[in-house]
Amino acid sequence: MRYVLKRLAYMAMLLVFVSMTSFIIIQLPPGDYLTLYIRQLEASGQRVDQSEIESLKRQYGLDKPIYAQYGKWVSGMVRGDFGRSLQWNRPVSELIGERLLLTIVMNLGAVLFTYLIAIAIGTYSATRQYSLGDYFFTLLGFIGLAVPGFLFALVLMVFFQNTFGMSVGGLFSPAYVEAPWSWGKFVDLLKHLPIPVIIMGTAGAAGLIRVMRGSLLDELSKQYVVTARTKGVGEMKLLFKYPVRVAINPVLSTIGWVLPGLISGGAIVAIVLNLPTIGPLLYRALLSQDMYLAGTLLLLLCVLTLVGTFISDLLLCWLDPRIRMEEGGA
Amino acid sequence: MSWFGKKPDAEAEQSAQERYYFATQWQLMWRKLRRHKLAMLGLVLLAGIYFVAIFAEFFSTMDVQKRHTGFVYSPPQRVRFVDAEARFHLRPFVYGWRTSRHPYTFELCYEEDTSKRFPIKFFTSGEEYKFWGLIPCRWRLLGVDEPGYLFIFGTDKLGRDMYSRVLTAARVSLSIGLVGVALSFILGCVLGGISGYYGGRIDTLIQRIIEFLLSIPTLPLWMALAAAVPKEWPPLKVYMAITVLLSIVGWCGLARVVRGKLISMREEDFVLAARVSGAPDGRIIRRHLLPGFLSYLIVSLTLAIPAMILGETALSFLGLGLRPPVVSWGVLLSTAQDVKVVVLYPWVLLPGAFVVVTVLAFNFLGDGLRDAADPYR
Repeated sequence: MRYVLKRLAYMAMLLVFVSMTSFIIIQLPPGDYLTLYIRQLEASGQRVDQSEIESLKRQYGLDKPIYAQYGKWVSGMVRGDFGRSLQWNRPVSELIGERLLLTIVMNLGAVLFTYLIAIAIGTYSATRQYSLGDYFFTLLGFIGLAVPGFLFALVLMVFFQNTFGMSVGGLFSPAYVEAPWSWGKFVDLLKHLPIPVIIMGTAGAAGLIRVMRGSLLDELSKQYVVTARTKGVGEMKLLFKYPVRVAINPVLSTIGWVLPGLISGGAIVAIVLNLPTIGPLLYRALLSQDMYLAGTLLLLLCVLTLVGTFISDLLLCWLDPRIRMEEGGA
Repeated sequence: MSWFGKKPDAEAEQSAQERYYFATQWQLMWRKLRRHKLAMLGLVLLAGIYFVAIFAEFFSTMDVQKRHTGFVYSPPQRVRFVDAEARFHLRPFVYGWRTSRHPYTFELCYEEDTSKRFPIKFFTSGEEYKFWGLIPCRWRLLGVDEPGYLFIFGTDKLGRDMYSRVLTAARVSLSIGLVGVALSFILGCVLGGISGYYGGRIDTLIQRIIEFLLSIPTLPLWMALAAAVPKEWPPLKVYMAITVLLSIVGWCGLARVVRGKLISMREEDFVLAARVSGAPDGRIIRRHLLPGFLSYLIVSLTLAIPAMILGETALSFLGLGLRPPVVSWGVLLSTAQDVKVVVLYPWVLLPGAFVVVTVLAFNFLGDGLRDAADPYR
């Protein structure tokens, strides 16, 4: 319990830092939100007089020092007010809505895929060390590490387009894009999910296969495995009863850096595949210098990462008694 | 001890053994690396790629900005030895194009015109160019005589030769990795060094910063920072800005290596001895500690370069990093953002193959170096 509280406090601290960073990024481009807004109004033919500017300034707190602006931004966010997007001229919270959920679903899928693949292939490679399959997967892992996600996405899209004549972009079939949630839409989502998930998960899985392989190899050479084998325990049972379970721990504990990597890679894959997630929205916001939206989205992605890491840390702690002991003692 | 066994001659064996014992740390590393086949492959590949990048003007066939308005999105020409009449030519050649407009889509259609044969000449002299922007020069490795044309990798949407562009782009893409890593190296050494050597509160602070930077998704952060780079900046300034951006995250891993090694070495007797003799901190770090972990640092550096190259490629691909007229692999790939373009003209993905090969080579080399730097293997 103390450990949970400690982790929670730590996460809160990181969140504060993240929000500050996002805010600084919002402030980075020359000119502020308001000058852009005014320019936009003028461009669309509306006249803006001085008193209106003053009132707008007061409304957004731009006449106050920077730390006060930051305070206003953060407190607004806590109340669910993320500011307005210039580009869409809608509240940011409206834009995010469904995208956030889909982002979470996609990343969750990618995490599961990454670990499943990594553990399965890692186990295979370790039990058949230096076999043809082992070399094949090692090579595949190297290539998986070297191919940038967006390139992989592009190649897959072209491949599907050319061979099956189907488009793999998006998360829904055209019929379901605007439709409200229903069972059919959910099934449709499940059909579209695998490709982005595979693309996102490959790079992470490639690295983890090696971790799993090494850790299982260490475990398999230990005495208790030899003992069990001499006692005539079946190979399958021998493998899965203890060594795999022990070897999985170092793999799972990598989640701290796998998750940021996944979300980071997922953002660009989503842009290429044009998925209705946060990544493409962030991209468009950045291109049009819609900094309020961009800052909020960046913050959201970071929060997602931090919360994900926090949850997985707790799960890890629950899974591996050794971590529990260590943290409890310290 | 495997390398002693092969020589039956006692004298030779002894001298080999002597060589082993007198070899410096670097010689031992080099020996181990030599036996790591993949690492050597990586090393050779990288040497080749960097060599081509340095002399890109010589290896490319024409100016990167030269437009062939008649040949927009020309497919790669096939280099042939046997012509349409089944005659063998020792000198490779390409066929020219017969172009026509598609009756419905008005796209340019290309067909090989076997009546136009352009033999490829080596070490030809073509239009004058400035080598490194300084030395006027005419030599090119490959070329065809006027009015022929040579598009080994095809052309892009403005009819510019992809082959020349890819080679020239290598210069920017590869150097950004090196410059970025050099920056990260300085940051990582200084901050990691302070953190590991002094410890205490400053150590905690730096470690927290590192954890913070590593816990946020890198690419969105880079994207946001890159978007803040003013559009009107000159290319060189943008280049520097992007490199700095990439190193903001890049130094963290290095700093951790430095810190970890310093902490484990700080308590050693020889450090205490140096301190007792009155050596200043800076000297102890440089003279006594740095050689101890330099090999590990080099491994981390080698593995950090591909991350930088991938970062730049991703940013430029999205149009947030370097911008035309600068050519980098990412900038070239940005044409491929539209899937329809890729489906119609798949050769726009060729720069991606170069990225993959480079990153692969760096990973191979880094892996081999890691094994070689480990004295217990």
